[in-house]
Amino acid sequence: MSQDTIKHPGLNLGCAHGGDHDAAERVMFGFWLFLMSDAVLFGMVFSTYVASLSATAGGPGPRDLYNIRSVFIETLLLLASSFTFGMASLALKYKHGETRLIGWLTVTLALGVAFLGFESHDFVTMFAKGGAPTRSGFLSAFFDLVPLHGLHVTGGCIWLVCLVGQIARYGLDTRVKLGIMRLALFWHFLDIVWIAIFSVVYLAGLA
Amino acid sequence: MAQVHEADGQTEPSEEERRDFRSYVRGIGLALLLTLVPFALVRWAWIPRFPLLIAIGVFALVQMIVHFRFFLHIGFRQKREDLQLILFSTLLLIILVGGTIWIMGSLALRMAMPPQP
Repeated sequence: MSQDTIKHPGLNLGCAHGGDHDAAERVMFGFWLFLMSDAVLFGMVFSTYVASLSATAGGPGPRDLYNIRSVFIETLLLLASSFTFGMASLALKYKHGETRLIGWLTVTLALGVAFLGFESHDFVTMFAKGGAPTRSGFLSAFFDLVPLHGLHVTGGCIWLVCLVGQIARYGLDTRVKLGIMRLALFWHFLDIVWIAIFSVVYLAGLA
Repeated sequence: MAQVHEADGQTEPSEEERRDFRSYVRGIGLALLLTLVPFALVRWAWIPRFPLLIAIGVFALVQMIVHFRFFLHIGFRQKREDLQLILFSTLLLIILVGGTIWIMGSLALRMAMPPQP
């Protein structure tokens, strides 16, 4: 077994990438620390939401506002984008060439944007049904939690565009490689947060 | 992926590459299954509410572990303290989330707010 030691979370580049593999260790650990603190932030917003579940103040509740079909489509989109980002990571690690790497990243971006489109449509529908954040404590907490995740995905999409630009401009140098690997962690992490959102907010709300 | 790779006229994918690829395929297969079942349970309301909530929670936890294992490649053979960091963050989350929900729930009860419908 000539397997390299695992130095950090996410797909490790391995010896074939020489110094880049060693450079990744510290950078990825630092980013991992950020992700864990982000997880604690999400945890607190989740507890605010759960604590506000009964605070509907006579306004519309989960059953009036949530649409399971739309949430299901969003879930599949985000899951597919996690897989395509995995394919991008493989293209980076095994040097399949910049074209294929950019291809997978573009597919991921398209899936991310489609997710955001469906999510915004959900919010607009909720507003039309009288589910604005100002209506009740429950709705304030909902619009604190779910758009916070959407904002993260938006940030991830912008980051993706920047990285594709960097690949085109600088090629795959150490900094660009480490950028892609960190965004991979971020993207997979957001998918994990979405599992919590569709389970706690949508499925439990409609159960 | 492997076939496309060969079609490019490059060297055949190594054993390691195949293993990494399979990890992602396994991950998305398991994640799809763990997504479809709870959605189907809620959509067609096959079981009563309380066991349904438990089932949703269990499926979510297992799917998170699947994502950590197959997409983020976190395992027990980690060189760095990544797994310890996850476990410590989980402990923090349990204390913070559990504590908050307990306190706020108790407060709502004492202020005679109606429980969740």
